[in-house]
Amino acid sequence: MSGTLEKEGRLVFGMPKVWNRDVHTHYCPGCTHGVAHRLVCEAIDELGIQDRTIGIAPVGCAVLMHQYLDLDMIEAAHGRAPALATGAKVTRPDKVVFTYQGDGDLASIGMAEIVHAINRGLPITIVFINNAIYGMTGGQMAPTTLIGQKSTTSPNGRDPKVNGYPIRMCELLTTLASPAYIERCALSSPKYILKAKQAVLKAFRNQVENKGVSFVELLSTCPTNWGKRPTDACKWLEDNMIPYYPLGVYKDLA
Amino acid sequence: MARALMKGTEAIAEAAIQAGCKYFFGYPITPQNEIPEYMSANLPKVGGFYVQGESEVASINMVMGGACTGKRVMTTSSSPGISLMSEGISYISMCELPCVIVNIARGGPGLGNILPSQGDYSQATRGVGHGDHSIIVLAPGNLQEAVDLTQDAFELSQKYRMPVMVLADGFMGQMMEAVDIKPRAHEDPSVNAPWALGWWNERGGHHLTVYSMHMDPDKLEAHDRHLQEKYAKVRANEQRFERFHVDDAELVLTSYGTTSRVCRSAIANLRAEGLKVGMVRPITMWPFPVSGFEMPKSVKGILDVEMSAAFQMEDDVRLATLCDLPIATTGRWGGHSPTVRQVEEKCRELLGVSSAPAK
Repeated sequence: MSGTLEKEGRLVFGMPKVWNRDVHTHYCPGCTHGVAHRLVCEAIDELGIQDRTIGIAPVGCAVLMHQYLDLDMIEAAHGRAPALATGAKVTRPDKVVFTYQGDGDLASIGMAEIVHAINRGLPITIVFINNAIYGMTGGQMAPTTLIGQKSTTSPNGRDPKVNGYPIRMCELLTTLASPAYIERCALSSPKYILKAKQAVLKAFRNQVENKGVSFVELLSTCPTNWGKRPTDACKWLEDNMIPYYPLGVYKDLA
Repeated sequence: MARALMKGTEAIAEAAIQAGCKYFFGYPITPQNEIPEYMSANLPKVGGFYVQGESEVASINMVMGGACTGKRVMTTSSSPGISLMSEGISYISMCELPCVIVNIARGGPGLGNILPSQGDYSQATRGVGHGDHSIIVLAPGNLQEAVDLTQDAFELSQKYRMPVMVLADGFMGQMMEAVDIKPRAHEDPSVNAPWALGWWNERGGHHLTVYSMHMDPDKLEAHDRHLQEKYAKVRANEQRFERFHVDDAELVLTSYGTTSRVCRSAIANLRAEGLKVGMVRPITMWPFPVSGFEMPKSVKGILDVEMSAAFQMEDDVRLATLCDLPIATTGRWGGHSPTVRQVEEKCRELLGVSSAPAK
């Protein structure tokens, strides 16, 4: 198919090589996990590292990621992906090891694992999906749920007196000396997605070039659990999440 | 390595290295800190890697990540730390990955204390973690056996693709004995290991995934059945035990680990008095060595001797003897060991013999 297209003209858009074409994802309409998966696939394609990548899937909406990507992958326990990545990287330093985790997985139950994996500084790549909600379990409050944001466990909106404030992971991790690269991007519009693509690519390239541990946060939407239409969810992200979670490069030693 | 006087913890660590373990992940906890200390000093010398995890939770997941690449990996801890590893042990069992876990058990529940205990028997022999799974549990009765069982543990874990625990009470970890630690012949298991990630090209260019979730109940039911069939093979093939003066015994002691040494001394003294006392010592705590509990007609009863307030092994002994014999118990706990005299007195009481005069 692509061969024919290449003869007749330039292929301008296709599925990434790393994407497993035999499966359909279970993601809700308008969810940005698909975009984030694609960025990971494109980075691996562009670097030509499919045959030497080991990915770690989280618990959360992306728990079945190992079925969607044509890669060696491990499905982690909730929050433990960075520990698995450490074990894999230590035993196979010749491999490119990445984790893909949501906000409950990374910033709540897996807070210890992410902080210490990054502090240890082994060259791994971490992709962090922040959609300010627990998706798979049905819309409960996340560590990144915004003040006043309603969830099934903050039905009157997140109250900082009871629930504390949303945790800003990029800022928190930037206090550590070890990380080579920390950036926050958004997936709400093509403009932001193009920027995110470069960030994810850089986070993988850093590892290929043995430049240390890289962390990319991708602000994402959850239309289903936010109770919004996909387009409204993108607007809500830009109006509410970006002001609290500023985009940009937080650290770049690479 | 020539025969040497070594501490239990260090002997276990060296035995693991000599069995080809190059990767250790662990978190400090007393009374087993000499193992991570030994590993941190010695693994780099053999091209290995020591990682100090941020917790036991992280450490067991690092073990799982390392096991996924097919390498020989291990962690060690003590009772409260093993509780924290229970989650990871369940996942490793489900994913059928080999690894070795050492528990130098201490007093509990809770923080308990840092003194020896056999209070983790039930936890270990019921798989430690959630769900229908088991792990092989090996309990040494002396330090040479601790060395040998540690090396066996790597082979068994690979043979059956499941976690293997060496369960040793704190006395075993902290005492010194002469040991002979030989290199155990092995090949790097990672190449061509059917569970090992990282061999994309060697596998002919297709991926491998390690996962524990089966949303389809038929698939989960089938996988759980597969695990149980595997465990049935382990039960059939791997029971280990020692029978000591059982053949003509009237009273049989059941004991493992440090308490079995106390029993051995008591039996020698009682036999010198003409009392027919013997012992069955399980070495595999799981699979429980049921085949070692076939008793001669002379046996009238059993005395279970443990450093466990709940006498956690007693029920397994009762099942292994088909509830056919009365079982008495004696022991100490909280960090105490029963004394030889205590065991002797209990035996005399059960045999209806008056106490020997104090020496």
